[in-house]
Amino acid sequence: MIGVGKPKQYGNVLDKPLSRGRQEVSLSAFAFLFSELVQYNQTQVDNIAELERRLEDAGYAVGARVLELLCHRDKGNRRETRLLGILSFIHSTVWKVLFGKVADSLEKGTEHEDEYMISEKELLVNRFISVPKDMGAFNCGAFVAGIVRGVLDGAGFPAVVTAHFVPIEGQQRPRTTILIKFAEEVLRREARLG
Amino acid sequence: MTTTACFIVVSKNDIPIYEAEVGSTVRQKQEQAHQHQFILHAALDLVQDLAWTTSAILMLLHDSRNEDGIKNFFQEVHELYVKTLLNPLYLIGSRITSAHFDTRVRALARKYL
Repeated sequence: MIGVGKPKQYGNVLDKPLSRGRQEVSLSAFAFLFSELVQYNQTQVDNIAELERRLEDAGYAVGARVLELLCHRDKGNRRETRLLGILSFIHSTVWKVLFGKVADSLEKGTEHEDEYMISEKELLVNRFISVPKDMGAFNCGAFVAGIVRGVLDGAGFPAVVTAHFVPIEGQQRPRTTILIKFAEEVLRREARLG
Repeated sequence: MTTTACFIVVSKNDIPIYEAEVGSTVRQKQEQAHQHQFILHAALDLVQDLAWTTSAILMLLHDSRNEDGIKNFFQEVHELYVKTLLNPLYLIGSRITSAHFDTRVRALARKYL
């Protein structure tokens, strides 16, 4: 009796129900996929800046989709309109969905009004990656920076997002910081909304 | 029930991604279809100022007042839109040309409007 007990097949992806989101992906599968992504891009570009930009673009597509999906699934189609709101949304909800935990910290930059930082002791994407000396300051966290930029752009907060290593005394591996610098219009709108 | 409605999904930068005329009356004249679009675009400016949502907006021009039905309709269409978005090959902000999407939206419109 072949075919009995077969799970229901959907003809088109639009018919499939949107998953409730309790699914988990194996870490090693992701690590392999990500390392392959980096290696593939390495063969296509000549310099590090281009490589970082490609990783960021890959992340951007993910971020835009994550924003829409989460808004629809968890927040009942309500969108964040305030700066602090969207930042804490990224810091907790997005991080939880992507990495299974909230980010380590969210700080406001001291030197400039428009800078914010999200820090993580050990970024998941960097866990299995070692950067050779000749690549200098290259950081695969550019992928995560791209995700954050995608979320912010989709929500209407254009920003420049970059990933940096911050060495910490007493710890062998440096901490990773995602630096978010908002565009002028965001600050003006924030001021106007009061 | 002679309700007609014109339904448009608009993306950032005010580009319409998807349009549909739904209704239980006979085919409208071309002129009326254009008028509907015009009204929707004008309304769009007002909405943007007030609510300031800059990603895709769903807009519906309707004759009858059916608040709950419309809310459910929007929720369902939003879900369809999210599923379309999840396709990694779909460029965000481009027109939705899938016939299947069209069929689903019209079915939903008949159900809720």
